[in-house]
Amino acid sequence: MTAPPTVDRRPAPVVPPPAPVKRRVRRVRGGGLGTVVFLLPMLVVFGLFSWAPIVQSVVMSFQETNLVTAPTFVGLDNFRAVLADPLLWTAVRNTLWFAVLALLLGYPIPLVAAVLMSEVRRFKGLYSTLAYLPVVIPPVVAVLLWKFFYDASPTGVFNTLLGSVGLGPVPWLQDASTAMVSLVIEATWAAAGGTVIIYLAALTGVPPELYEAAEIDGASVWGKVWHVTIPRLRGVLLITFILQIVGTAQVFLEPFLFTGGGPANSTTTILLLIYNYAFANSLGGDYGSATALSLMLAVVLGVLSAVYFRLTRSWSAS
Amino acid sequence: MSDRGVLSSFDWRRGRVRGTARVVHTVLLVLLFLAGLGPVLWLAKSAITPTQDTLRDPLALWPHGFDFANLATAWTRVQIDKYFLNTVLIAAGAWLVQLLVATTAGFALSVLRPRYRKVLAGVVLATLFVPSVVLLVPLYLTVVDLSMINTFWAVWLPAGANAFNILLVQRFFDNLPREVFEAARVDGAGPFRLFWSVVLPMSRPILGVVSVFAVIAAWKDFLWPMLVLPDPAVQPLSVRLPALQRFIELDVFLAALAISTVIPVALFLAFQRLFLNGGALSGAVKG
Repeated sequence: MTAPPTVDRRPAPVVPPPAPVKRRVRRVRGGGLGTVVFLLPMLVVFGLFSWAPIVQSVVMSFQETNLVTAPTFVGLDNFRAVLADPLLWTAVRNTLWFAVLALLLGYPIPLVAAVLMSEVRRFKGLYSTLAYLPVVIPPVVAVLLWKFFYDASPTGVFNTLLGSVGLGPVPWLQDASTAMVSLVIEATWAAAGGTVIIYLAALTGVPPELYEAAEIDGASVWGKVWHVTIPRLRGVLLITFILQIVGTAQVFLEPFLFTGGGPANSTTTILLLIYNYAFANSLGGDYGSATALSLMLAVVLGVLSAVYFRLTRSWSAS
Repeated sequence: MSDRGVLSSFDWRRGRVRGTARVVHTVLLVLLFLAGLGPVLWLAKSAITPTQDTLRDPLALWPHGFDFANLATAWTRVQIDKYFLNTVLIAAGAWLVQLLVATTAGFALSVLRPRYRKVLAGVVLATLFVPSVVLLVPLYLTVVDLSMINTFWAVWLPAGANAFNILLVQRFFDNLPREVFEAARVDGAGPFRLFWSVVLPMSRPILGVVSVFAVIAAWKDFLWPMLVLPDPAVQPLSVRLPALQRFIELDVFLAALAISTVIPVALFLAFQRLFLNGGALSGAVKG
């Protein structure tokens, strides 16, 4: 039984209270060897592969590291070198462009689909299965498949489709002006299903009484969607928004496999630049610049994640 | 009827609303078929179609000739069997490590409850805020230092450092009835017995969730295995496929893509509920 609600939260009195007559159920409390044994896998794995690398990443961003000689402290040189790299600003611009396009395409589609799907009365499972299917296709397979679909010749899959309605051919990945859009279309296709499922779950949480109340007030179907459904989804909409920003800021697979950053660096993203700093140079990686840029990106994303965490807390509490 | 959406049963009786809803839902279903199933069916068809057919008329519904040899060629001559086995081994190991770390840590933090549990849980959860890109370079150098390059350990062990798994398992354990643990203790069970014979058997649902997501994630992973497994002999499908594209014929390549897709799609169809009921996902959203 829980304590009565009238109990106050003042500090405990100095005089210890008398021992309760009936002892509460003893807790299984450890702290001894057994507990340490159970904590060991986590401590080892997190210590070696999470905590230590996080610390090391901060240290390395102030060092010049190659795998041959001992690392030397270089202060803020790495940060300066990264910020002076003209490619950085291209990458930032491309990543922002990717994020904006992903929001324009990828944000409304799952919402509209989920609101429509939640009204389906028959074969509801079929709808969500179909919507989620692209999410389980391995991303590498999806990109390689779409690369074939994006064939720029008039006989390419998408150009054939467009040609049948008198459009195209579109150069897709071959042209700097369409390459990023092509990446975003594929990325949206690959991720939308997951967002749809999140919205569907949130939609089941809209109390029917609100719709009934709106109906008594004479609201139309559209009015109910606009004044009841959307405001009720505000929390989850904000969360998927932030999740999407954090995700798109770290986009790597699509530019790496579709275009390798081209044509003319039009799809070089921040993560691709980090990869290129550290791993693409056959003469040895510039690990300092790579970690410096990672850290700067992480700070931005960390702020977003913190906001996200606060929001999810208040959202799940409500 | 409590379970209703935007449309009331009154709306559903109105001819205009019902008609519109039917049309919209049919259009939506057609679009979902095209977008969701279309590429999968196209891949399945092209995997058994000769290259010339696929190139000449990629959208033909029915191929002129079947070429089932594509699958066999991909499997044996291109050695997809080897990369497939590597993928299975990588996924299995990553699954085992994640399950081991998540259950033991969850058990220690939730059931044994040492005094410093809050601090530990905090340090674990804090890693959720660190984007994986920060880990990329230092983690790579760690793996180089431990000379784990070109061994599966380089993928298995870092996969275990997944704070989200621990959070899920710990929350599940928190909700198990503590009276059962007390009863087991009174009967003389030590922590190991309690873990193995009491807590784990009660935790099948959450172990299922963690397992399916661990396997799917391992199957999908690309960047990390590409960095730490430079030797083609130990590479999984995801890493090997982009390289293969350069030197095998299109129909065989598409057959290889199809083979790589079978297992995740089969897992999804078999465990649809885990993916679609939103339980695990809303857990993910609630962080």
